[in-house]
Amino acid sequence: MDIDLITNILYATIRTGTPLILVAFGEMVCEKSGVLNLGQEGMMLMGAVVGFAAAVVTGSLMLAILMAIIAGVCMSLLFGFLSITLVSNQVASGLALTIFGGGLSAFIGANYVGVGIEGVPPLVIPFLSDIPVIGKAFFAQDPLVYFSFFMGGLLFFVLTRTRLGLKLRAVGENPEAANSMGIHVHGIRYMAVMFGGAMAGLAGGYLSLAYTPLWSDGMTAGKGWIALALVVFASWKVGRIMLGAYLFGIASIMHLILQGTGFEISPSILAMLPYVATIFVLVLLSSNQSKAKLNAPMSLGVAYRPQL
Amino acid sequence: MFKLEKRPFDSKTMSYCSPVIALCLTLFFGGLLFLSLGHNPFEALYTFFILPLSDAYGLTELGMKVAPLLLCAMGLSICFKAKIWNIGAEGQFIMGGLGGGFMALQFLDAQSSWVLVPILLFGALCGLAWAALAALLKTKFNANEILTTIMLNYIALNALLWAVHGPLKDPEGFNFPESAKFADAAILPLLHEDYRLTIAIFFGLFAMVAIWTLLSRSWLGFQINVLGEDKAAAHYAGFKENKLVWFALLTCGALAGLAGVSEVAGPIGQLIPYISPGYGYSAIIVVFLGRMHPLGILLASMLMGLTYMGGEMVQIEMSLPKSITGLFQGMLLFFLLASDLLISYRIVKSKKDQNDNPAAVSSAA
Repeated sequence: MDIDLITNILYATIRTGTPLILVAFGEMVCEKSGVLNLGQEGMMLMGAVVGFAAAVVTGSLMLAILMAIIAGVCMSLLFGFLSITLVSNQVASGLALTIFGGGLSAFIGANYVGVGIEGVPPLVIPFLSDIPVIGKAFFAQDPLVYFSFFMGGLLFFVLTRTRLGLKLRAVGENPEAANSMGIHVHGIRYMAVMFGGAMAGLAGGYLSLAYTPLWSDGMTAGKGWIALALVVFASWKVGRIMLGAYLFGIASIMHLILQGTGFEISPSILAMLPYVATIFVLVLLSSNQSKAKLNAPMSLGVAYRPQL
Repeated sequence: MFKLEKRPFDSKTMSYCSPVIALCLTLFFGGLLFLSLGHNPFEALYTFFILPLSDAYGLTELGMKVAPLLLCAMGLSICFKAKIWNIGAEGQFIMGGLGGGFMALQFLDAQSSWVLVPILLFGALCGLAWAALAALLKTKFNANEILTTIMLNYIALNALLWAVHGPLKDPEGFNFPESAKFADAAILPLLHEDYRLTIAIFFGLFAMVAIWTLLSRSWLGFQINVLGEDKAAAHYAGFKENKLVWFALLTCGALAGLAGVSEVAGPIGQLIPYISPGYGYSAIIVVFLGRMHPLGILLASMLMGLTYMGGEMVQIEMSLPKSITGLFQGMLLFFLLASDLLISYRIVKSKKDQNDNPAAVSSAA
């Protein structure tokens, strides 16, 4: 394996991991507030299609990314209304969001299949990008990759060092106690759900505007679900989400790695790898179940209605 | 203003009414959607929901769509009753189709319809095996079944793609990713030679009756119901939870597998990359919409089957994208979950003097 190949693998790993990081960050915050949103896939698809359509119609990538985020937030509000205000079952509501998002995105996207756009261009940072091996991977990416780094730092700070992070965790651990402390449980949960939607929308937009600038039905291919597993894998910790996402990234770009070794294998078999890896990770985690449970927000998946 | 008040008991009437409310809301918003696209909403809804059923051909086509939905949904209903969130009917369906298709390809010069027996059995077995993986991961490693079954769906789809692009590709098929066409003897008998409806509809109806009996009359069904209603009580009563998980998942897998093989050895007649238009996912909606009751599931399968036909119809008649089907299905589930609120809550007019009771204000929905 030569040095160029390693550089390229590193570069591709970061790119492939980025959408997973974004959507998993959103889901983590959502789960921290005690809400399990299984609709990530649907929100991502909507972000992807709306962002792409906006890019085609307006020609502005900035606007397209903004629209992707807004689409994600709108979808998350549907979920929030169902699961928080109407206290519907969170699992069923999340599934509904995914099914609805799949249908609506295919409907909107029907006219955009096969349309091409200029993707988000890379933002090459001078000097730093010339560092051998890692320079290209970390300093010659598109702006959304840098945003995912920044978001990691920001989330870590907010969750562990601020009052808002404390409130968020309080709501996720024990909504009754949080309520009696004067925290607006539903307000915090709505904010968390909307943040999740924004990140999922952005992740979808990343796929259709930067990663592979095109739209095709169901193009997220389960990344929203993998992100859900990733949050569990990372036991709700920012750094481990990033690490985990890059591991999945490697599993997804196996073809690039195998290319270097001259080993031939069917692309469909390789496409299975991230999903097999997800199952494998789930199994590994469950072998240490008590530890995994320890970090999970106590009230995850439990609806809360203020008692009168 | 209005506020929500918890009912002392869940309302049975509402649990039957809420699917109807959901359907009405879906029709209303569907109409608005058509209107916003510049179509006459009544004409469009007529094209979507009535026109497909206006002749015998349409009715048999509906039966063709009901068969796989009913099989998948009946299996899922056992899982959901036990609160096992199996999202994997799609993958089990695909594996059933793939396995059954593989078997059918072994009998390319078959003359006797007896070859259907191994084909159907092997298809069902493959679906069962796929569900067994999820059951194993859940009972042995405690891995969350929602995530494992979803992952298995994607793996199954890629397995099918691999098969039709590789080992099972028709060598005389001009390099299309398709298998050879199955022998006529390896195709399920048609109910009538003018239509495409096969005897698969009887598999569905039989499964419905069998599972109805199982859930309402048998000790096993009772255990499944208790496990879903109250896990702690099931433990206390000494029910073997793992055994029930295995049973529910395997049954569902076998039925979904049977649905899959009935499609490839039925209307499709060969292996192609897309053997399911999402039946496994739609079956989830069917189960909720049908209130997990066999008769309700039958009705819901018909409605859901109709959304597939309506999507095709508006594509032909009004050149709208076929994916409108998924949109209607998603809306239906959304509105159903929303109106299910009325089962355990009722909307009451809150009193004018709310100021005395600030808590009531904050809880107004």
